[in-house]
Amino acid sequence: MRKQSVILRTAAHVLLPLLLLFSAFLLLRGHNAPGGGFIAGLVASAALALYLFSLGIASARHALGVDPRRLIGAGLVIAIGSALPAAFFGDAFFTGRWLTLDWFPSGPLKLGTPLLFDLGVYLVVIGSVMTIVLTLAEAEERPDAPSNEGD
Amino acid sequence: MLLAVLSGFLLAAVAPWLVPRLGAHAGRVLALLPVGLFLWFASLLPAVGGGETLLWEYAWVPGLDVQLGFLVDGLSLLFALLISGIGALVTLYAGSYLAGHRDLARFFVWLLAFMASMLGLVLSDGLIALFVFWELTSITSFLLIGFAHEDKTARQAALQGLFVTVGGGLALLAGFVLLALAAGGWSLSAVLDAGDAVREHAHYAVIAWLIFLGAFTKSAQVPFHFWLPNAMAAPTPVSAYLHSATMVKAGVYLLARFQPALGGTDLWVFTLTLVGAATLFTGALLALRSSGMKRMLAYSTVMALGTLTLLAGIGGETAAIAFVAFLLAHSLYKGALFLIAGVIDHETGCREVPEMGGFGRAMPVSFAVAVLAALSAAGVMPLFGFIAKELLFESALGLAAWQPVVLTLTLAGLVGGVAVAAVVGLRPWIGRPVTTPREPHEAPLDLLAGPALLALLGLLFGLLPGLAERGLLAAAAGAVHGQAVTPNLALWHGLNLPLAMSALTLVAGLLVAWRWDGIRKMLVGLGFVERFGAERGYDAGMLGLVRVAAWQTRLLQNGHLRYYILTTLSATALLLVYALVTRHAVIPPWSSSGVRLYEVVIGAVVLMAALVAVTTRSRLGAVASLGAAGFGVALIYVLFSAPDVGITQVLIETLTVLMLVLVLFRLPSFLGLTPGRIKLRDASISLTIGGLMSWLLLDAVAAHHQGSISRYFVENAVPAGHGQNIVNVILVDFRALDTLGEIVVLGLAAIGVYAMIKLRAEDRRRRGKEEPR
Repeated sequence: MRKQSVILRTAAHVLLPLLLLFSAFLLLRGHNAPGGGFIAGLVASAALALYLFSLGIASARHALGVDPRRLIGAGLVIAIGSALPAAFFGDAFFTGRWLTLDWFPSGPLKLGTPLLFDLGVYLVVIGSVMTIVLTLAEAEERPDAPSNEGD
Repeated sequence: MLLAVLSGFLLAAVAPWLVPRLGAHAGRVLALLPVGLFLWFASLLPAVGGGETLLWEYAWVPGLDVQLGFLVDGLSLLFALLISGIGALVTLYAGSYLAGHRDLARFFVWLLAFMASMLGLVLSDGLIALFVFWELTSITSFLLIGFAHEDKTARQAALQGLFVTVGGGLALLAGFVLLALAAGGWSLSAVLDAGDAVREHAHYAVIAWLIFLGAFTKSAQVPFHFWLPNAMAAPTPVSAYLHSATMVKAGVYLLARFQPALGGTDLWVFTLTLVGAATLFTGALLALRSSGMKRMLAYSTVMALGTLTLLAGIGGETAAIAFVAFLLAHSLYKGALFLIAGVIDHETGCREVPEMGGFGRAMPVSFAVAVLAALSAAGVMPLFGFIAKELLFESALGLAAWQPVVLTLTLAGLVGGVAVAAVVGLRPWIGRPVTTPREPHEAPLDLLAGPALLALLGLLFGLLPGLAERGLLAAAAGAVHGQAVTPNLALWHGLNLPLAMSALTLVAGLLVAWRWDGIRKMLVGLGFVERFGAERGYDAGMLGLVRVAAWQTRLLQNGHLRYYILTTLSATALLLVYALVTRHAVIPPWSSSGVRLYEVVIGAVVLMAALVAVTTRSRLGAVASLGAAGFGVALIYVLFSAPDVGITQVLIETLTVLMLVLVLFRLPSFLGLTPGRIKLRDASISLTIGGLMSWLLLDAVAAHHQGSISRYFVENAVPAGHGQNIVNVILVDFRALDTLGEIVVLGLAAIGVYAMIKLRAEDRRRRGKEEPR
C-alpha cells in the first residue's frame, strides 16, 4: 500500500482515539438512545480501517494490540457467558439480570447482562471486520499473493 | 435402574485409563460389571416371573414433560439377562482372545458402550429413548465391525452395516412418531394399551411398514440380509455377541414387543410369515454355499432371525412360546458356536471349514463343547434346541394362510440348518489331522469358559425345561402374546406330526452334511448370488448416491460466485411467486396522498444510482454508485424514525466501500466479455426479484396481520428491558438468541474469508516450492 498524504497520517493519529472513544460512548448509550454494540463495533472498525489506510498494516495491527481473530472468540465467549447467569436463578436462557447501583448523585446506575451481551457483539463485530480487512490488505501487499490467473 | 443402564457407559468412559493398568486381567475385571448386572436382573426374576410388570420413571426434561421410563416385563428381562450374561462371558473371552492387542482398551470401550446401549434398548419404556438406544447400538456395532480399521474390507463392512441399519432406523423413527400419534402416548405402555386404536387407525399400514423396515434391516431379513455375513469382519467375540446373540435380535425384539398392539392383522401375518420364511430358507441356502466357519454361522444366524420373524408373524399362544424358547435356545448355542469358531482360529489359525480336520484329538474340551452346541442347533433330543424346534413346527402347522409355502420353506431351511450344525460341529474335529498354520492345542480356561457354560445351559434347559419356563419363559411369552400363557414345555410330546418333521429334517440334514463338499460346489457354481443378490442392489444404490451427490455438487457448488447468486435468487423468486399466488396476494391500489417531495427525491436518487451501477464501465464508478444507493436507503430509514438502522446502514456502506477498494486493485481491468443474452438473463432475474420483493412488501403492509407484536415491544422495553431504545432492547434482550446466531455467523464469515485468502496463498506457495515453475 502506498504511503498516504501527511495530513491524512497526522489526522489518523488524532482520529483513532477519538473515534474509539466515540464507539465506546455509542456502546454504552445504546440501551436508551441510538447506538449499541453493533453500531459501536462498526464505528471502531471504520476507525481502525482508516488508520490502516493511512499508516499501513503493521501500525494498524500494533494499534489493535491483539489478533482480531481472538476478538471474535472473546466476543462470542462473553456473549454466551452473559446468557448464563439467568440459568443460576432458574430463569430461561438469556433472561436479563439487572443490578442497580445507587452510588451516584446523578441517579441509579443500572448494570445488566444485556450490556455484557452488547459488549460481546461489539468485540465480534470489530474482530470480524478487522479480520476481513487485514486479510485483504495483507494479500494485496504481499508480493507472492495469488494473482488472478485463469479465473 | 438408571444406574444399571448407564453403568456400562460409565465404565466405558474410564476403560482407556483402566485397561492398560489391569494388563492381562482386564477382561476378567471388566467382566465383573456385566456379572453384577446379571445378578441384579436375576434378582428381579421372582417378581417378573410371577407375572408382574415393573416400571421405573425418571424426570428427564421436566419443563417439557419428558420422562425417561424403564419397563421390565418377561420379554425385556429375558433380553436383559441374555445381554448381561453373554456380555460377561464375551468380555472374559475377549480379554484372552485379544490379549496384547494394542487397541484392546478401545475395544472394551465400544463393547461396554454397546452393552449399555443394548440394555437401554430392551428396557426403555419411551419410544424416543428406545430409538436413541437403537441408533447407539448401530453406531457401536459400526465401530466394532470396523475395529481392524486398517483393513479395507472391515471398513467397507462397517459402513455397509451402518448404512443399512441406520437407514432402517430412520424409517423406525418415522414409524414411532406416527405410532405415538395413533396411540396417543409416547411410551410402550401407552402403545400396548391402545392396540385397538392403533390397528384401526388410518395410518396403520404405514406405521407397520415403517416399523417392519426398521426391524428387517436390524435383524438382517431378506432383502437386507447381506450386511450380517460381511459384519463378520469384526473380531469373533463381537460376532458372537452383537451379530448373533444380541444386537441383531433387536429387530425381532421390536416385532415381539409390538405384536400385542400391532399384530394379528392380515398385513402383519402375511408380511412377517412370508419374509421370515424367505429369510429362513435364504439363510440356510447361503450358509451351505459358504466355506468360512464364521460366514456359515452368520448365514445360519440369518436363518434363525428369519425363524423368529416368522414366529412373531404367526402370533397366538403357541407361537409366542416358540418365539421365546427359540430365542433363548439360539442365543445359547449360536453364542457357543461362534466362540468355538474363535477358539479354532486362535489355536490353529484356520478359518475355512474345508481346511479343518482332526482337531478333536488335541482339543478335546472344545470338541465336546462344539458337539453339544451343534446338537442343540440341529434340534436333537434332549437339548433345548429340540424343544424350540418342536414348538416351531407346531406353530407353523397352526398357520391358517399360506401354510404350504411357509411350511415347505421352513422344512427346507431347517434341513440346511441341521446340515450346517453337523458340518460345524463335526467336520473340524474328526478325520485325519491336517497341517495348520499353528500347531493345534487346547485353549485356555478364559476362552473355553464362555462357550462351555452356554452349551451346558442348553443341555440343562433341555433336560429340565420347567426350570426356564417357571423362571422366565412363561412371563416372556405372556408379554409377546399380550396375555398370560401356560407353556408346559416338555421334551416328549408323544408321537405326533412335529416329531416326525423333526426327525425328517435330522435325517435329510445329515445326508446333506455328508455330501456337503459336492453340494457346496454345485451351489457356488450356480453363481446367481453374485449376479442378482441383494448386495448388488446395495452397491448400485451406493454408487447412484455418490453420482447424485457429485451431480448436485457440480450443479449447486460449482465454485462460481455468480452462479451461487443466480441459483439462490432464482429459487427465492420461485418460492415467492408460489407463496404470493397461492395466498392470492393483491397489489394495493396506488395512492399518492401523503407522499412528500423529499421522499420522491431520495427514491429517484437511489434508482439513478442503481442504474449507474449496472451500466457503468468503471469498477470504481460502480462501487461509488452502489454506495450512493446505500446512503439513500439509510436516509429513508432516518426519515421513518429508525435512526439505529440508518446509522448501521451508513456504517455498513462505508465499510463495504472500503473492502471493495481493497479487492478492486486485484481485479483485471474491466472487460466487456459478457454476451448480450447473459446480460438479458441477469437483468430479467434481478428485475423479477426486485418486483417480487416490492409486491411482498406491499402485501405485507396492506395485510397488517400482526400489529400486536410491535406494541408489545413498545410497552415492555422500559419495564422489562430497562431501556428506551427499543431496537437495541430487542437486539440484546428480547431477541438476544437471534443476535447471538447472527454474531456467530459474522465470526464464521470472517474466518471463512481468512481461510480462503490466507490458506490458498500458502497452498500455492507450497506447491510452487515443490515444483518450481
